Amino acid sequence: MRIEQIKQKWFGNVKGDVLAGMVVAMALIPEAIAFSIIAGVDPMVGLYASFCIAVVIAFVGGRPGMISAATGAMALLMVNLVADYGLQYLLAATILTGVIQVLVGVFKLSSVMKFVPRSVMVGFVNALAILIFTAQLQHFVDESWIMYALVGLTLVIIYLLPRFTKAVPSTLVAIIAITAFVIYGDIGVRTVGDMGALTQQLPVFLIPSIPLTWETFMIILPYSAALAIVGLLESLLTANIVDDMTDTESNKNKETRGQGFANVVTGFFGGMAGCAMIGQSVINVKSGGNGRLSSLVAGVFLMFLIIVLGGVVVQIPMAALVGVMFMVAIGTFDWSSIRTLHKLPKSDAAVMVTTVVIVVVTHDLSKGVLAGVLLSAIFFAAKISKTKVTKELTLNGEKKIYHVHGQLFFASVTDFPKKFNFTDTVKEVEIDLTHAHLWDDSAIGALDKIEMKFEQNDIEVYYSGLNEDSQHLKNRMGGLSKASGH
Amino acid sequence: MFKKIMLATDGSEHSARSAKYAIELAEKFDGKIEIVYAVDGQTSKSDVLHHANKFEVDKKRKEKIKAVKNLLESSGVEYETNILHGEAGPTIVEHANENEFDCVVIGSRGLNNLQTLILGSVSHKVAKRADCPVLIVK
Repeated sequence: MRIEQIKQKWFGNVKGDVLAGMVVAMALIPEAIAFSIIAGVDPMVGLYASFCIAVVIAFVGGRPGMISAATGAMALLMVNLVADYGLQYLLAATILTGVIQVLVGVFKLSSVMKFVPRSVMVGFVNALAILIFTAQLQHFVDESWIMYALVGLTLVIIYLLPRFTKAVPSTLVAIIAITAFVIYGDIGVRTVGDMGALTQQLPVFLIPSIPLTWETFMIILPYSAALAIVGLLESLLTANIVDDMTDTESNKNKETRGQGFANVVTGFFGGMAGCAMIGQSVINVKSGGNGRLSSLVAGVFLMFLIIVLGGVVVQIPMAALVGVMFMVAIGTFDWSSIRTLHKLPKSDAAVMVTTVVIVVVTHDLSKGVLAGVLLSAIFFAAKISKTKVTKELTLNGEKKIYHVHGQLFFASVTDFPKKFNFTDTVKEVEIDLTHAHLWDDSAIGALDKIEMKFEQNDIEVYYSGLNEDSQHLKNRMGGLSKASGH
Repeated sequence: MFKKIMLATDGSEHSARSAKYAIELAEKFDGKIEIVYAVDGQTSKSDVLHHANKFEVDKKRKEKIKAVKNLLESSGVEYETNILHGEAGPTIVEHANENEFDCVVIGSRGLNNLQTLILGSVSHKVAKRADCPVLIVK
């Protein structure tokens, strides 16, 4: 039975997986090169990463049919590390990223992701798109109109070709066409070769040459933590999208561990940290891929193409890559969020915009996500901290009943005592908590304070309608000695 | 003649109009209608991004085809709904051919020439590749 299952997972859809894997491999090459350039490393670093991650994930991932490789989100987080400390530190950071992700998976912490609200996720993808877009603008500096024309031509091919044929990825056709045009037209523009070296070699196992000290660890840790968070965020989002597209379920903890293993292996083979890619996974599923084989074929075929065609790859003009990255940015941006922005609750819209702004200013996706989550938490606390107290006089004006509605916790109790009249002429007060819930010691403290103030004016206080949780909390806290009465 | 009718919908007003034609057709030939809504990759992406979980995504999609469903409900014609995954054109064609529908009723989005060039016309694709007669409602 188990062997049957494994067979099904690997060979249940051979034709679809192989063809889709090859399409994805071709679509991955320009992106892997462009993301390397964003990160500030040689194109081989991104290509090795895409090869290693795609192959490892094929075996250990939890979401068959999903494509993982070098990504823009991760590349953007590495820029400073590479600029300040160089490639070897990036490789070490990649390994540490993987270790963190494996731990998250082993301790089943990926469900923590549910605390990231939707509006933060939307802000995340929009910010990512903006950063990928702006990262391309440096390539226009000191360039002539030829650069603009070639980028425009690339985009025209990318967007119009699918109308006529979908057999080959339009990004690849655009790259080939523009490269051929530049080579045969003898047009002098900057090429991939100008950005870094490309070797036609298989990756080899190497231990990053860094001093193994506490200091090194503290340098890479913040980068690795950010990479781990962003990588998992995008991977789990992508897994959900692939789940939906294929109408199947997937194992998120296994995927989390898998992403970690893939990054550890990549780091040792000279690749940069990566994660799942929404765009490539959509291409894979659309092209008929839904099994583990598709990811394996994508990785292996990519490496094969680089070894065979490496000499041509260095001649790809930067203009063509910039065009492809513009397409990636446009495809990543969630345009529906702009159309529906005015319909959203104001707090959700504010969270989304804040996430985007923080990321664009700090160039760090993890900071934007953190700020977005915090802001959502504050908005939530503000919304839920509204309490209402209604008064009712009974027993011929001898007794007053206060009906409390809402959640009593640290954020809601500051104004709470002001809603009671302590200098009343009544003899006793009943506080009805049927529609209230006590959450923490601040709530207990507030009630104690109210009780005390009433007693200073010789008014006796009773509580009623405490629900089970609140009663339990109150008993544990020890205060409110009379609360059980009535 | 038209016993098994597919009503392809994208939840728009255009497709609500084609529902009326599908109903008349079904009434005339005493046929059954299957409402088909195809969710493509891009829609999958934004649906998953904007909704907290599977249940909410599902709810949102059912709401999307509610207008069409209500029309069929009040007509009394026997019907079922089916949400498929894939690019609209090929998915509708494949479903129609595999399940041997007698007719596909589909709305035209009324795109201009430029939009057709970039987006492509789903109704044209279906008309060209489906084995059964196709009624395009303008």
